[in-house]
Amino acid sequence: MKDLALHALDAVAGAGVTYADARVQEIRDRQIATKNGKVGHASGNESMGIGIRVLVFGCWGFAATDDLTPSGIASAARLAREIAQASVAARKQDVVLAPEQKFESTWVSPCRIDPFSISADQQLATLLAVDAELRRASGVTLAETSMHFERRRQVFASTIGSLIDQTRYTAGAGYSALSYQDGEIQRRSYPNSFGGQYQLKGYELVEELQLLENAPRIAEEAVALHSADQCPEGEFDLILDSSQLGLQIHESIGHPIELDRVLGSEANYAGMSFLTLDQLGKLRYGSELVNVVCDARLEHGPGLGTFAFDDEGVPAQSTGIIRHGRFTGYMTSRETAAHVGQTRSNGCMRADGWARIPLIRMTNVSLEPGRQTLEEVFDADHAIYMQTNRSWSIDDKRYNFQFGCEIGWEIRNGKRVRMLKNPSYSGISTEFWNACSAIAGPEHWTLWGVPNCGKGQPEQVMGTGHGASPARFRKIKIGSAYAG
Amino acid sequence: MPDDLLEELGPQRCEAIFEQVMDCVRGYGVRDVEALIAGGEDALTRFAGNTIHQNVAERGVHLSIRPVIEGRTARASTNRLDAQGIRDVVEAAIGITRLMEPDPELLPLAAGRDYAEPEELQKRFFEATAQANPQERALAAAEAIAAVEDKGQTAAGAYATGSSVFALLNSEGISRWYAETLARFSVTALAADSSGWAKASASYHGDLEPLELAVRAARKADLSREPRVLPAGRYTVVLEPAAVLDLVGQMFGDFSATALRDGRSFLNERVGKKIFGDNISIYDDCFDPYQSGAPFDGEGVPRRRLTLVEEGVVRELAYSRQAAAAAGVTPTGHGYPLPNEVGEAPANIVFRGGESPVEEMVKSTERGILVTRLWYIREVDPYEKIFTGMTRDGTFLIEGGEVTGGVRNFRFNQSLIELLSHVEALSPAVRASGEEGMDMVVPAMKVSDFNFTEVTKF
Repeated sequence: MKDLALHALDAVAGAGVTYADARVQEIRDRQIATKNGKVGHASGNESMGIGIRVLVFGCWGFAATDDLTPSGIASAARLAREIAQASVAARKQDVVLAPEQKFESTWVSPCRIDPFSISADQQLATLLAVDAELRRASGVTLAETSMHFERRRQVFASTIGSLIDQTRYTAGAGYSALSYQDGEIQRRSYPNSFGGQYQLKGYELVEELQLLENAPRIAEEAVALHSADQCPEGEFDLILDSSQLGLQIHESIGHPIELDRVLGSEANYAGMSFLTLDQLGKLRYGSELVNVVCDARLEHGPGLGTFAFDDEGVPAQSTGIIRHGRFTGYMTSRETAAHVGQTRSNGCMRADGWARIPLIRMTNVSLEPGRQTLEEVFDADHAIYMQTNRSWSIDDKRYNFQFGCEIGWEIRNGKRVRMLKNPSYSGISTEFWNACSAIAGPEHWTLWGVPNCGKGQPEQVMGTGHGASPARFRKIKIGSAYAG
Repeated sequence: MPDDLLEELGPQRCEAIFEQVMDCVRGYGVRDVEALIAGGEDALTRFAGNTIHQNVAERGVHLSIRPVIEGRTARASTNRLDAQGIRDVVEAAIGITRLMEPDPELLPLAAGRDYAEPEELQKRFFEATAQANPQERALAAAEAIAAVEDKGQTAAGAYATGSSVFALLNSEGISRWYAETLARFSVTALAADSSGWAKASASYHGDLEPLELAVRAARKADLSREPRVLPAGRYTVVLEPAAVLDLVGQMFGDFSATALRDGRSFLNERVGKKIFGDNISIYDDCFDPYQSGAPFDGEGVPRRRLTLVEEGVVRELAYSRQAAAAAGVTPTGHGYPLPNEVGEAPANIVFRGGESPVEEMVKSTERGILVTRLWYIREVDPYEKIFTGMTRDGTFLIEGGEVTGGVRNFRFNQSLIELLSHVEALSPAVRASGEEGMDMVVPAMKVSDFNFTEVTKF
């Protein structure tokens, strides 16, 4: 793979070329799913290819191919150069990159149990046992379980002399129970919706999740939701479990801090951001309790955004995003860092495969744990507690959001008093974070994986990490999804 | 770039690859196998801040093998089409299949059957579009940028061109092959406190009009400047075709026999009933001249035209082979490649249009909202089919039959059942392209009592 990457750099060299990099990737994955006691999906996939990015006369060009013969790579390199030269037709200013050092490194993410060393029938048996347990509850009409494993090796080479060989193992597993009854569909998922929990781990993740142990509760809750009261509409204190708070961070902090979005690169598709450059260091983003970091280092945890180097060869870093409520930092690339006068990228450029260019993507954007006990977080006269995302939506500048959850609970004097169905809440990002009044401590902090974050044209799907503990927010608008 | 895709993955080459697959499979004592062979070359020129900032091309191939062994099936895929790659993927597919539990409902592979490919489908591959070069895209982008810049605005957009091949072959004699080209141009014009957007797609890139789209986007940005703040509430809306498709397009996964059987479709207990207005008729028609996509499904079954909704009544559903066998009906050619959890879904939505152009809808509206585009649409309630999302890039107030200016964007929470029961007028149906659903043939719609629940900050 190193030879292929270096060969690509040789092939792309030429007049006007001021920078180039090549990423060769070899990807292997396995997906197994069950549905109502049968195999729902079973597949193994392999893919290998190269993406070549080049800066010619101040413009970017990129071409990718899975034809890894010398002529295939030469052809892709030639096309990348042609594309860059064509971009000159609409050039306003030359692309300038913030300086970066040369690195030569080999890194493999921690993986205690190689998921591909566990036979597919053993993995299937684990899922079928959970599937059976879910269907044991009368009223569950659809049980679905799944596992997904990936090993991705990438060799990155650039014209500044970097040569970086990284291998990342990721794993995901989870399930859901759906109940259809009398013109109503209710669902509960574990440990999270949309596929469960995903982390930078091997098969050990599956063993840690206690899938089978939680199945009876999840199935019973799915059925019980039919007879629960509708979540009330109005202003209430809101308590979120850590998985829902992870998605709240993703949408109302993670995306707005992407500097390419701020500068307008995504205006035609994913949108822009309310965090204009004049807000840096000034905006009161949240209450004093709110501290958020963007951290790709292994020390932060085994997140989907954990790596040693980003896809521009910049080392993993930790950047303060919000300190005691004040907005302090963006996620950057070498190009955008230079554009705003910063001396170095903070290493957030990621591509979803060999065929796509790197974009600024979330790494692990996490809310630091607070100092309250869980009891103190729930210690409210009257609040609504919501668990597990069901729907999510936010405007294209990331002000107005609305989330729905699978299940809610009314809290009175710190105790759950009744189950609520169809809970939802909405608000404006900064108003919401400024209403944060309690965050549980590190013992309740979980680094959640979002495996399906979309951005870019052509769209790229990326895995991101979000650590959070359960937290409470004052006077949040609840129930408007069903209003009117 | 590499050799021509049609040469590399033409029908004969796909047959030859499948022969190699069959040879390998027989070596394992396995008789029944299916292969999906796909490939594509895609390029995209992206601009923002009045300059081209991303300019990319990619090509890739894909071979996916599915054996059927004693009631078991599974799949393995690769992008290596050399002899060793084929041997490896066959070994992987057979290995994982043998480890699966048998499925009592699994059918034998679909059997081969001659069928004539309708002539319309041959008009979906254009050599000129497959060969469109970066210079063509860059010049079109530059022209669009200039048009927006002339209005004192900032342009962002994307121009994509590409070609793809999809072939499905199996040991029962099925041999299907399809190729098409596709081009898309979208543009957003940004003014100080407003924006406008326009997009089009076509099989032949020469049918796109980037300059006209850029002018339209710039006009919308200009007309929506200094947006007023209106209260949330129920309004009459005129939804342009892109807004209709992105919202209404969210429901068609439920027109699936498997989804009904699973209890996850909003059509449970509603098939055969009138749930929409008289003026709503919806078809699935792969052969419509404004549609695209292969004329066969993930098992090689030819697609059949479906009447999904006729004058408000839910009529037909899509059936994969397995769903059809369970129900005792004929498969419709809408199944996904096996094994999968979701079964099938319509893929080529065509609405019956009306006769009211958007301008007439506006004229007939005393007070309402004209919506260009919707964004971040997600399901709130799966049975009442309530969706939330935002308006975006051109939201206008209509007063006294005229567009009088821009308004701040709204959040909506709207039931699709209710929406399609409140349609007061439809325009002729056009091929529309949005960002949240597949391209569809849809009209603009004038809808009463649309439920806006919140207003955002811009």
